[in-house]
Order: sequence, then structure tokens, then C-alpha cells
Amino acid sequence: MAVQSRRPRQALAIAGVLALALGATACSGESESGLDPDSPECAPYSSYQGHDGESVSIYASIRDKEADLLRESWSQFEDCTGIEIDYEGSGEFEAQLQVRVDGGNPPDIAFIPQPGLLARFAEAGKLKPMPADLKTIADANYPADWLRYATVGGQAYGTPLGANVKSFVWYSPKAFAEKGYQVPTTWGELIALSDKIAAAGQKPWCVGLESGEATGWPATDWIEDLVLRTQTPEFYDQWTTHGVPFNDPRVVNAVDEAGRILKNPKYVNGGYGDVKSLTTTAFQEGGLPILQGQCWLHRQANFYANYLPEGTKVGPDGDIYAFYLPTLDPSKGKPVLGGGEFTVAFTDTPAVQAVRRYLASGEYANARAKLGNWISPNNKLDVNNVTQEVDKLSMQVLLDKSAVFRFDGSDLMPAAVGAGTFWKGMVDWVNGKDTKSTLDFIEGSWPK
Amino acid sequence: MTTTTSPATATAPARPATPSTPAARVRKRLNSPAATIASILIAVLWTVPTFGLFISSLRPEDDIKTTGWWTVFGNPRFTLENYQEVLFGRSASSGQLASYFVNSLVITIPSVLFPLAFAALAAYALAWINFRGRDWVYIGVFALQIVPLQMALVPLLSFFSEGVSLGGVTLLPAWNLSDEEKFIQVWFAHTCFALPFAVFLLHNFVSQLPKDLMEAARVDGASHPKIFRSIVLPLIVPALAAFAIFQFLWVWNDLLVALIFAGGGNEVAPLTVRLAELAGTRGSEWQRLTSGAFVSIVVPLIVFLSLQRYFVRGLLAGGVKG
Repeated sequence: MAVQSRRPRQALAIAGVLALALGATACSGESESGLDPDSPECAPYSSYQGHDGESVSIYASIRDKEADLLRESWSQFEDCTGIEIDYEGSGEFEAQLQVRVDGGNPPDIAFIPQPGLLARFAEAGKLKPMPADLKTIADANYPADWLRYATVGGQAYGTPLGANVKSFVWYSPKAFAEKGYQVPTTWGELIALSDKIAAAGQKPWCVGLESGEATGWPATDWIEDLVLRTQTPEFYDQWTTHGVPFNDPRVVNAVDEAGRILKNPKYVNGGYGDVKSLTTTAFQEGGLPILQGQCWLHRQANFYANYLPEGTKVGPDGDIYAFYLPTLDPSKGKPVLGGGEFTVAFTDTPAVQAVRRYLASGEYANARAKLGNWISPNNKLDVNNVTQEVDKLSMQVLLDKSAVFRFDGSDLMPAAVGAGTFWKGMVDWVNGKDTKSTLDFIEGSWPK
Repeated sequence: MTTTTSPATATAPARPATPSTPAARVRKRLNSPAATIASILIAVLWTVPTFGLFISSLRPEDDIKTTGWWTVFGNPRFTLENYQEVLFGRSASSGQLASYFVNSLVITIPSVLFPLAFAALAAYALAWINFRGRDWVYIGVFALQIVPLQMALVPLLSFFSEGVSLGGVTLLPAWNLSDEEKFIQVWFAHTCFALPFAVFLLHNFVSQLPKDLMEAARVDGASHPKIFRSIVLPLIVPALAAFAIFQFLWVWNDLLVALIFAGGGNEVAPLTVRLAELAGTRGSEWQRLTSGAFVSIVVPLIVFLSLQRYFVRGLLAGGVKG
């Protein structure tokens, strides 16, 4: 019986591996740090104390390097208050959050980047409204433009956390200086500059729309930026909430204005080829030809800095930098398109409330900004604490008195449109479909 | 008796010398040199992407991001930096696959052993113990196979986090598991999802064992536990191994169940969860995926290669009757 005599040894081996594995995980527990809650370093946290030993779970889509920075940003808070923050980031955040909430296992706090998703949870009664003291902090620290995206049915549910600014055009300050080009401050100047570069035999713009299953999203940002620039912010609000049809003639007009650049064979696609190459160029690589002098202008958010090769000098006198995408009629104010996450809570224990108060505070915004690669619409955030040049510029744009902030429209629209037909429609449009029938197609897909 | 004796070969009729059946003719043609060459070609073609991934995993980050893996033949530059980074990187963001590797093992091994043990017992009972409603139980188990896993996720999650209550009466309290205890949830979930198929597969195998064998044992005075241990278990080793490979690969590669029941915390999350996040929030660190993928392939490859001789045989034997 060869089998029988061998089995105990196999079982032993398996048991051994299992014991080793369990032992290894048991040892990987974190060690407690020993900061005295009454020490001077902990003085700023005194108002959050009194929940020693409690833990708060946070779930978000932020992961990897940025997640490390998040953890670091609240580590002192944890040490001083004794509240343990269990952070978990996932690329499947949007779908997983729904499953966890349905399964009765929601995180205490979530950072939701889509106001549409936030509203859905709020309407389902899953989110806890902001307590009065948090509401006071929120009103004092954040612009009303931002807070209203986390307000559903008159009830405030969340505070903004991080932000990004999308109304930027990347360019090379060095190359501009060599050729004597000026940074345009009006839409007319922008087009004139593009013509000038095109006349010199180069393609001024480079664009990348490819992004896996989200291919086309950079083009939707173009359209949103131009709706904001050709129409009023109020019209933009109506458009994103379907108060006016998606294919309204005024939207057609805005899309045609974007088409003057995106579908102009003289303007695109610097470094990559003709108009057809837009949808096959990865958005991460869309602006890289600027560094090789094959392209001059690239419209993309402030976070594009993360895709630049290591060692690239970003700044007003560097290899690459950005300027605010000019508006058509400066008298109407400066429209700013952007995005960000909102801190919302599914439970409201005192410890969770303490964490929320802290995350909404100016102290947190400054602590996080000092670690780099982060901005926030928090008006207590000192620009000097923002580390990167382009992020400083973003803060200036956000805090500008004449700035009118509007959230990325595709995050406000129903997912079927904002993360579906809008992207797809833009790909077809860039590949030659006419504006009217593209917008008719998207309008037809709006959930009734 | 050795492991190579299986009921399938023992009971199979002797193969006729000349190919008379259609199946035998197909078999003969598949043995021709042309078919061999074709299959080698297909195998090579199928392996090329994996090979490319392997080459990529050994190239420096800049090369991976700027040129295709085939350019390596003109300009060979290799480094183990990618492996170093994903396996042992110091910062929390750089992989640390080594610790997630352990989590994967802790999840996978019990998730294979539990269903294997339960299903072997159930298969024996369903095949050789006469009790009322036996066929209905078997049909029920069989039918459960068609329930998609995705449908059970939310109910199972609420079973753990909220317990079970019927009309306000709590039948089962919430489990309230945290940190490492969440392994229990994952084992439970994988065991549940594996059982119907495991019972079905093993039942087909066990019920094929010759009846004389069981009767002889019973005449000799063996009880059911004795028969199960001394006769059935040694005979169904190929089927057990086949199912073990199946289940091992399934659990090891699973992302969905792990995401929901283990979560992304570094105490419980398996390799697949970490791999899914390895590219960074904005997908800019995708060079790590090359080496990460290879780290995660190693164990399934070892398991498959070391158990594969049981694999085909076990599946074929189980399928004869079904």
C-alpha cells in the first residue's frame, strides 16, 4: 500500500507549511508607537482625543504611492489620539463599495470621487449626514462651489479632500522662450499661437485619448471645458443634470469649437501623426512629445506631472509647465474644471466624527500638502506648503477670486453616459463622425 | 496496490488492435507527424506572450516603457531590479509581494483541503450509503452548480456582517471578524462555492468503484468509516488530485472573492489583490506588473506540473459516467 504509507508524510508537510505561513502573518502585526498624548507635539490634536483604542476604517480608490502619503499624513494624528485608521485602497473601489454597502459591511469612511455615486448612497439613506460641528468647519474651510457637490436634498454629507484642476495646457517654457512665443491669455491668442506654429510647419497640439476601456475621457474634459467657456456656469449645471438636452445647439457649438483644434489636421497630432492617431495614443504619453520639441501644447490636468519621466524639470523656467486654458470672454469670470474626492461616512461613532473633523481641518490639509503631490480646495491650506510648482499654480487658479469652479461633468452624469456613451461618442467624433449625430447618440443613451 | 491503479484503467475494456471506432481513427490521425508539428506550432504561438512578459520582467524600467520586448535581442540589457522591487521593496507602495505571497498560501491551502474533505465524505455517502431522499440530495447538489458565484456574494457578505435573522428573531449573530480573522470568511466562501462541483466530480468517481469490492469489505465486517478510509480513499486519489489542482488554481487566481471577503488590508489580502493595485493609482508604474505576474505564476506552475499526471486521468475517469 504505497499510497497509505506516503500520506502521513504529505499531511505533515502541508501542516508544516500552513503553520509556518500562519506564524509569519501573525508576526507581521504593526507595533504601537508611543507618543505621549499630553506632549507638546500632540497639543494640536487635543480636540480629537478621548477615543483611545478605537479603530476607523477608510476605503478609497487611492492606492500605492499616494496611499503611503495618506497614511503618513495622519500617522501623528493616530499616535496622539490613539485612534487607529485602517486604510484600504482599491482599483475596484466604485464597484466594491456598492457590494460592501449592500452586504451590510460598509467602511466607516469612504473617499468618493464621483458626486453622482455619492448622491446615490445618500438617496438610499446609507450615508450619515454631517453633524453640526463638522458642518461649521466645512462651511468655514471650503468654498460653496465645492460643498454643493456633496449636498443632496439640502442635507450636507461630505467635505472635499484632495482636488485636481483640469483646465490646464502643458507647454515647454524653454522652447517658448527660444521661439519668442508668449503664453496666451485669451482664447483668440491661443488660436493665433496655434496658427503661428502651424505656419512654421509644426503641429502645435498633441493629444492622447487612449485609456483602455475608458478611452475617450480626455476628450470629454475638452468638451466640458469648452461648454464652460462658451456658455455660463449655470448652463453647464443644467447640461450635466440633463436640465437641457445633451444635444442642445449651444453644446453643439461648444463641441465644434473643440473640434477646431482636435479635428484640425494642421493642429494635431504633434509627434504622433494625423487626427486618426488621437484615439490610439495613450493619454499617459499624449504630452511627452513636448519634451522632444515635436509638440507645443497639451491640454491635461495638473496630475499629468506624474506621467513625466523622472528627472524632468517642471516649472516656469523648466522643460515643461502649464498655463490656465484661456477663456473666450474674460468678463464672465474664469471657469475652472476640476475634480476631487469627498469624505463621507457610513457610521457615526464619536471616533469616526473625530477623524472626519480632522480630515476637514486646515491642519490636515497643510500636513498632507507638505508631503507633496496633493492640493485641496481647503482655504486654510497655505500655498507655501504645496511642494510642486504645478500644484502651486493649481492652488492659485483654484483660489483666484474670479474663479468659478465646476466639477468634471462626466462624474456628475449617470454612469451610463459619463462613463460610457460620452467616452465612446467622443472616440467616434474624433474619428470623423459629425458633431450633431454624435450628440444625438449620447442624448439617446441618457437613462430615462 | 499503487497510485497508478485507477478504476478507470482497471475496468476499461481492452483496446482493439485495429482502429474501428471513429474515436480510434481520430486518435490515430492525431498521432501523425503533421499533427505533432501543428501542435508544437500552436504551443509555441500560445507561449510567445508569456515569454515576452518574462523577458520584459527582466528589463530595466525605461526600456519596458519605451520599446517592445523583442528589441531585447538587438540590445540586451537585463536587471533583476523589478523583482527586487515587487518582492522586497521597503516602502508600502513598492510591492512587498513576499508577505502577500504568504497570505495567498494561507488562503489557498485550507480552501483546497476543506472542500476536498467534505466532498469526499459526501460523495461516498451519496454513492454507497442508502438513505431516504438520497437522490434528491444529489440532484439538489448537482443543481446548485448553476448558481453563479456573483449572485451569492452580497447575501454571504451580509451573513457574515449582519448574521441571520428571520422575522426579527436572530438565528445566527454577526460574526464580527476583523484583521486576520477574515481568513475564516475567505475559507468559508471558497469552500461553499467549491462544494457542488467537488461533490459532483467525486461522486461520479466513487460511484464507479466496483460493487463487489464494497460487498466483500462489508462481508469482512468493515464499517462505513473503515471502507471509506481503507478502500475508497486510496482508489480515488486521481480524482482528489484533479479536483485539488482545479481548486488550487481557482483559489490562487481568484480576485473577486478575496476582494470582497478579505479586503485589501495587508494582513489578509492575497497576491491577486496586491497585483491589481501594483500599477499605482494612475497606472503609471505598470513595469512592476511584469515581474509581479511571474511571482504569482510560480506556485500554480509547481502545483500543476507536479500533479498534472493525475489531472487528465482524474477528469476523464470522472466524466465517463456523468
